[in-house]
Amino acid sequence: MSELILTARHAMGRKVSGEALVAKDGFSARYDLNRLTGVFSRPAHKLVGLSYVGRILVLDTAKGGVASAWMLNEMRSRDMVPLAIVFNSVNPILVQGAALGDIAMLAGFDADITALVPHGAMVEVDPEAKTLRVLGQPARLAHQESDTAQAASPAEPRKIRFVGRE
Amino acid sequence: MRLNAEEQAMLAGEMGEVAQLAIKHQIAVGDFFGARDFVPITQAHIMADTESLGQAGIMWLERLCDVKDSQHRVRVPTITDPRGTDFSKADSIGQSGWMLELERRAIAAFVKLGVSMTDTCINYQTVLAAARGEHVAFGDTGVVIYSNSVNGARSNFEGGPSALSAGLTARTPRYGFHLDEHRQATLRIRIDFTPQTLNEWGALGGVIGRLAGNYWQVPVIEGMDVAPTSDQLKHFGAAMASFGSIAMFHIVGITPEASRLEDVGGHKLALLHRVGRKEIDALTKDYALEKSVDVVVFSAPQLSLYELRSLAALCEGRRFKVPLLAVTSPQVKPDADRFGYTETIEAAGGSVLAGMCFYQSYAREMAEAKGWKRLASNSAKLVNILGGYGYVPMLASMEACVSAAETGQLAGESK
Repeated sequence: MSELILTARHAMGRKVSGEALVAKDGFSARYDLNRLTGVFSRPAHKLVGLSYVGRILVLDTAKGGVASAWMLNEMRSRDMVPLAIVFNSVNPILVQGAALGDIAMLAGFDADITALVPHGAMVEVDPEAKTLRVLGQPARLAHQESDTAQAASPAEPRKIRFVGRE
Repeated sequence: MRLNAEEQAMLAGEMGEVAQLAIKHQIAVGDFFGARDFVPITQAHIMADTESLGQAGIMWLERLCDVKDSQHRVRVPTITDPRGTDFSKADSIGQSGWMLELERRAIAAFVKLGVSMTDTCINYQTVLAAARGEHVAFGDTGVVIYSNSVNGARSNFEGGPSALSAGLTARTPRYGFHLDEHRQATLRIRIDFTPQTLNEWGALGGVIGRLAGNYWQVPVIEGMDVAPTSDQLKHFGAAMASFGSIAMFHIVGITPEASRLEDVGGHKLALLHRVGRKEIDALTKDYALEKSVDVVVFSAPQLSLYELRSLAALCEGRRFKVPLLAVTSPQVKPDADRFGYTETIEAAGGSVLAGMCFYQSYAREMAEAKGWKRLASNSAKLVNILGGYGYVPMLASMEACVSAAETGQLAGESK
């Protein structure tokens, strides 16, 4: 399996690794979560019913209101918090919340990370290097690995750097 | 970030421990977005209901208050978004004592920090609208989008910790909508239908919010054949911000920075989207799930005096079967009382609440305590939010919602 490394323009927090929950969907702590039980609760959300606790969320964009800035801190105080959040595009609220709640965050890529990172894969988020590294892919998604591997050199990790506005 | 002498002194703790903590937080956020420096602000607005804060957030505030260096107060006028309750009506909406206790602790902390408890998300209608070019740190998405778009002021979405920090330091990192380049249009939309009712204005905002899709998009809208009112723009903007995390829009010939399409670079954009009645109806029908209604709520944003006037006229002579809640600001409520609107609404069986907003007031717990699930509202923003709280929200006109309160049934098509 070739190693996939995605480089972000924006980064914050400490290096973490864990299982990725991936969806081409948005994120708001108020709109989308049952913060008491630690699961996505919004019926229309693509991750509805799944626990976000201790996972690395790989999502399209930050959504909704300003409450998430407090809520990430409150979730952190109960250890009911994602390990890290990775967005194609982030809004200030989630960044402010991550700063207060001490949650690793990456944002701003030149490709759609929700298409590149397999759901359920083990990933590493390294804010200092501004990278998301796919460490291993779930067996059930092996066909996706073979598809993505075609574009990569087997000897070199693929690196994608952000070039864009946000 | 480049810091001036005053900011370096703040960072070194020479202007107090609280300001030091605040500017450290702001630098972390500013560095993330590549802000080159700070911009002075004239006012701040903090979203801080206790459902969001939780114990952890309140203890964070209380720790700030415990600093005994007499430099812990805000340096510019700093006001608050709705609280999580109306203390005078908490029992009737199923709130518990622990919620009120958290609210009291939060209020006490904010007061010690010098924050003015305005408890409103319509400060641009009731307290002091920010003027064109004024840099502010506002902390409610509806307030930000209205202030940027309609007033021409300059703010990013500032969550509670950042808005408070801005109040404490009198500045905010210069990125996003403080910069000219981020205020140019990125998405050109033509509308073929001008909404009439507030729920239609909200639905139009929701459709455009979904099309735009993220914070950095700035829709420019052509084809509007009327000058909307403040309340119409309020629902339009609040829904756009809610559905799409959008912080700014332009309406050609209406909003101050877009006298012409060219003023915001819209002429360089392809016209890819047309929005008409069909799209607005489709969004509304997404929420038309059931006919029976458990509760009717007018909130999000808080109602203006004119909205309450309209609501009171509709309530005249009716008797409600299901609860009807109308939520306004503490600034509007006394006038609604004086003009008899409150009395008329409550004579029909409704309830006028002040200083809170429904979704910021322990909506899940209220639903459990009161048995509320099927909720009708004319607020597109509210119905967008409440699905995650376990409600079956339905979007309808103010007239249809009032009738639903009377009959227990919402007229119109089910999904």
